[in-house]
Amino acid sequence: MEIRGDKNLSYQQPDENGHFNEFGGKYVPETLIPAIQELEKCYNVQKNDEAFQQEQKKLQQHYSGRPTPLYFAPRISEDTGYNVYLKREDLNHTGAHKINNALGQILLARRMGKTRIIAETGAGMHGVATATVAAQFGLECIVYMGEEDIRRQKLNVFRMNLLGAEVKPVSSGSKTLKDATNEAIRDWVTNVENTYYLIGSVVGPHPYPMMVRDFQSVIGEETKEQFARIAIPGSQSPIPDFLIACVGGGSNAMGMFYPFLNEKVQLIGVEAAGLGVETEEHAATMTKGEYGVLHGSASYLLQTEDGQVKLPHSVSAGLDYPGVGPEHSYLKSTGRVEYVSATDEEAIMAYQWLSQREGILPALESSHAIAYLKQRDNILQQGDNVIICLSGRGDKDVHTVADYLGNEI
Amino acid sequence: MNRIKHIFQTRSEKVIPFITAGYPSKKDTVNLVLAAEESGAAMVELGMPFSDPLADGPVIQEASQIAINNGVNIAGIIATVKEIRKSSQIPLALMGYINPLLKYGLEEFIQDCSAAGVDGLILPDLPPEEAEEYLTLCKSEDLCPILLVAPNTPGERIQEISKAANVLIYCVSILGITGGKGAAQQELENYLKRVEAYSSCPFVVGFGIKNRADVVRINQMAHGAVIGSAIIEEMRKKKNSVAVMKSYISKITKGNH
Repeated sequence: MEIRGDKNLSYQQPDENGHFNEFGGKYVPETLIPAIQELEKCYNVQKNDEAFQQEQKKLQQHYSGRPTPLYFAPRISEDTGYNVYLKREDLNHTGAHKINNALGQILLARRMGKTRIIAETGAGMHGVATATVAAQFGLECIVYMGEEDIRRQKLNVFRMNLLGAEVKPVSSGSKTLKDATNEAIRDWVTNVENTYYLIGSVVGPHPYPMMVRDFQSVIGEETKEQFARIAIPGSQSPIPDFLIACVGGGSNAMGMFYPFLNEKVQLIGVEAAGLGVETEEHAATMTKGEYGVLHGSASYLLQTEDGQVKLPHSVSAGLDYPGVGPEHSYLKSTGRVEYVSATDEEAIMAYQWLSQREGILPALESSHAIAYLKQRDNILQQGDNVIICLSGRGDKDVHTVADYLGNEI
Repeated sequence: MNRIKHIFQTRSEKVIPFITAGYPSKKDTVNLVLAAEESGAAMVELGMPFSDPLADGPVIQEASQIAINNGVNIAGIIATVKEIRKSSQIPLALMGYINPLLKYGLEEFIQDCSAAGVDGLILPDLPPEEAEEYLTLCKSEDLCPILLVAPNTPGERIQEISKAANVLIYCVSILGITGGKGAAQQELENYLKRVEAYSSCPFVVGFGIKNRADVVRINQMAHGAVIGSAIIEEMRKKKNSVAVMKSYISKITKGNH
């Protein structure tokens, strides 16, 4: 495979209107136009503001515990013949990379004078991260969550309640992340004056995909620095051969990939193949989707012949989404990132493998990225330096895994 | 002449019912449009159902889902319009979300609408920022792009939107989704005065409109009132949807309570 990264090319996306070529944009009701214009203006000022950056950095260090380690995983390296490194986003406060974005956005919400925070959540990790930062700053917090996800992720629902957030069950449509996002947008349209919508992934109308990517890019920036530091001069390149991350909406992957887009490194995004991409039960948007518009931006989308949004399936609630961030669609269209998929079964096996061999329970979402190491037709070579974004911890998934394996807890 | 353009040349009280195509069943749609016309509707807004209608409340969302389950799609809706045109010249606007139209092919869609006798389009998730191609296509096919404004749209933006729309704009009465509470009297008055001052074309008002009093009040300040969720709610209660449409539209157009 040709590696498209080139230091001499500077990657500048999106354009000023939020387009990544034909992807992205602002497909929202008129009521939200003033709100996203205000947000864009505020973000463009704050991202270059030293006080904002310092406050963000301080919270990342002292509240969330950054930098997270880049861990060389000896036993899965031994099993596979690759040098496997794990970027330990699971060691963040609240247990996933979602806090990076939540901290950035809550600071913006405060600067914009908003008093009410709303969010959507799938697996509950973004809901927990949002409830956490809302509690920290004393702001009202409402989290929309599909009834099906509430059933799968009871622990996270209770965590959000403990943090003082109200979890509103969503019973329409698939009762999962897609419908929770619809409800959050409806709430925002209705309460736009005092409400900040804290989107959890690189999806939604401009400026969200760009802004969430920027807040998450701390993952890739740290990784770059950490890998260069551990690389032995002369024997190893200061740049890894592969970066691998799971893709639902795609925020951990964008955060990992973005700082490396101009480097000679191969980037692989792993989607959820559910019961298999040849079945109707999957969430492999990039592999099987077509161009469309959902939740405010143009991107690849799982849809029917009539343009209705299809219900996705994944054992992992965080990947159970029929869309994907527009920048991923762009990176697929340019060939810069390779998108592959892993099934429910492969993810569950990877979950157990990492637990047993490294003593780390990975989130089921991240388990899809780990599963790629075991795929026979993967493009990795023996001795390659491979970094996997371990986006979250797997404690939240023990019930799902037990169910899948037919065990009762 | 485009039928919407034609009727908005004269200022008069106008009631515009919204009908979800394919709800309660596919065979009802033509009859519902004809019943609305017969009972005094000035124009009809025909909804093209979408699985994720984020500007709509639970009533229209549920009706949309039922219509999708009934097998309604864009090609079927265009065929329905052709059927309506065999016996009626009522101005017709199609309302829907952009995704099914992109899947159908935007250019083909607009050409087919024009050929079938559609007069206008209302696409709530296609703001002017993303609408360049759409506006050009509408212009070349003599369809009215009925762009939307909201209570928080600044005056200058209302001006730009009305210029781009040219014939008619749609004022969302509240910050919110369809089927909610109506707007407070004073706020609505101030908002519509602002629209009157800035808009270069006529404007209709929708969201939260339920009864004869709302219709009268809105028509004093605007050029027409759109009524949607309230009719669907009535249809949910009774079996004969055509009878519901007739009695509802008669009541709100004539005030016979």
